[in-house]
Amino acid sequence: MSVLIFAEVENGKLKRSSQESIFYGAKVAGMMGTSATVIVAGQSDNSSLAEAGKYGASKVLHATDARLNEPNGMAYATVVAAAARQEGASVIVLAKSSLADAMTARLAGKLKAGLAANVIELPDLSNGFRVKSSIYTGKAFAYNDLKADTKILAIKKNTIAVEETDAAATVESFTPALNDGDFAVTVKNVVKATGDILLPEADLVVSAGRGLKGPENWGIVEDLAKALGAATACSKPVSDLDWRPHHEHVGQTGIKVSPNLYIAAGISGAIQHLAGVNSSKVIVVINKDPEAPFFKSADYGIVGDVFDVLPRLTKAAQAL
Amino acid sequence: MKILVCVTSVPDTTTKITFTDNNTKLSKAGVTFITGPYDDYALARAVELKEKLGASVTVLNVGGVDAEPVIRKCLAIGADDAIRVNAEPRDAFFVAEQIAAIAKENKYDLILMGRESIDFNGGQVHGIVGEMLGIPSISPVMLLDIDGDTVKITREIEGGKEELEAKLPLVLGCQEPIAEWKIPNMRGIMTARTKPLKVVEPTGTDVLTDVSGYELPPARGAVKMIKAEDAETLIQLLRTEAKII
Ligand SMILES: Cc1cc2nc3c(=O)[nH]c(=O)nc-3n(C[C@H](O)[C@H](O)[C@H](O)COP(=O)(O)OP(=O)(O)OC[C@H]3O[C@@H](n4cnc5c(N)ncnc54)[C@H](O)[C@@H]3O)c2cc1C
Repeated sequence: MSVLIFAEVENGKLKRSSQESIFYGAKVAGMMGTSATVIVAGQSDNSSLAEAGKYGASKVLHATDARLNEPNGMAYATVVAAAARQEGASVIVLAKSSLADAMTARLAGKLKAGLAANVIELPDLSNGFRVKSSIYTGKAFAYNDLKADTKILAIKKNTIAVEETDAAATVESFTPALNDGDFAVTVKNVVKATGDILLPEADLVVSAGRGLKGPENWGIVEDLAKALGAATACSKPVSDLDWRPHHEHVGQTGIKVSPNLYIAAGISGAIQHLAGVNSSKVIVVINKDPEAPFFKSADYGIVGDVFDVLPRLTKAAQAL
Repeated sequence: MKILVCVTSVPDTTTKITFTDNNTKLSKAGVTFITGPYDDYALARAVELKEKLGASVTVLNVGGVDAEPVIRKCLAIGADDAIRVNAEPRDAFFVAEQIAAIAKENKYDLILMGRESIDFNGGQVHGIVGEMLGIPSISPVMLLDIDGDTVKITREIEGGKEELEAKLPLVLGCQEPIAEWKIPNMRGIMTARTKPLKVVEPTGTDVLTDVSGYELPPARGAVKMIKAEDAETLIQLLRTEAKII
């Protein structure tokens, strides 16, 4: 019985979302009276892996096979399943990401594990193993009783406030057997925005809709995002019209975000848009129409023209 | 080529979700059920591939008899036949087991479904099916083209996309812009009535997760309005009151 956490390293550092899942996993381990081990696959140096200790893990298993340097959900599932067996893990924790999503279900299939996605709280162990998760795209919550021997929890961003200590984790190399079948899909090309703050990881998000009138006007959105250190997002019609790339589209059929701050400029607040953003901690709405439905779901509202308000917010943010 | 499209029957995206029976059941009163929006993308692409390359398209739903209007609509959009596994979809593992059992029997080249259902948003079924069948699973798929025996796929990742190549058979979780949603025409609706819809009983009874209850999110506090001419105060409030910047 132990807790295993799947973590990802990016640019030589544990991803923010992985720091949170390690901290969460270590808390669960504490509740169960056991220890937390982290599994990382692919290239990474030992010092960044030892950082897992700061968030409460005692040990890191590092799978170093060169074939794992390319993120690959199927091969990673094989690695994590092997680690879970070696460690006798009864709980596996991870943060949702495009890699984790590709891996998690395969892992559940391999281990015949009970799986809860979009978990938003620590489990309740008083009567079995119960976790609260977000369902209906944030419109409701469910209490899930996980009954299988192995339980996988995919946690949502901002599930728990992370605290750090000075502890370091020990790092062990891990060499599980890999399956050739896991490499049947070849990656031909990767197109990735560089230097930007990735939307699913962002604490602050500036989002804009059709009220911006056209892609040529996005400078004022990007300026405010830059001044705040925020990621940019958009409504569905904006990505449908190709004003912005699809990976910025939030809502029911897009990315679901739960940042500390979500600023919506020139977005009406359709129920399908709200579904993807309503678990943000603070919502700011800027719209020239005082009747825009989004104001009903906002914490702060400004009735005004985005072309006037956004540049002024940027100036004020730069002056902080 | 044989294509299987797995669809969910879910509350319309404009539904205000509420629960009954002491928060243990979704209240279905006045709720319109639709094909899962992501499943609708998968179906639309399957019908396009059928028109382009020649293929049979089978629709599969794990659900009760009340899912049949959604299944008939899929037939009206262009699927050739349908299978309904007569069981309430209890958890992802159970649903995946049903799909895998039917896929083992009928040997599909391509199994398509939405990237996730919009009720439980798990996004797990395609991966578990892939694992059960021992074939690759890829999600969320934005573009899908088949060139001989090579399948070209674009998958969305954070901040961008991956271009992938693989061989059939595959399981794919789909999202836009893989195809445009299709609306059934009159002829489609007429022919759908006579297309075969086979009802089969479920296999396996594994339920690994059980939902014991539901809850609605707490209401947000009242909105604080700031005059446009004082817009700058917002930045101050975010720092001193909300303490998030
Ligand atoms: C099945 C389904 C799934 C969907 N999924 C999603 C989803 O995932 N995400 C999503 O976003 N939508 C989704 N939609 C679409 C959704 O219903 C709305 O159509 C969409 O969110 C509207 O986008 P918008 O607010 O940018 O545009 P609009 O509704 O056109 O709103 C523009 C707003 O800008 C304001 N405005 C205009 N000019 C200015 C100005 N100068 N200054 C200030 N304000 C201004 C207007 O008052 C208006 O409120 C979905 C729809 C369906 C049917």
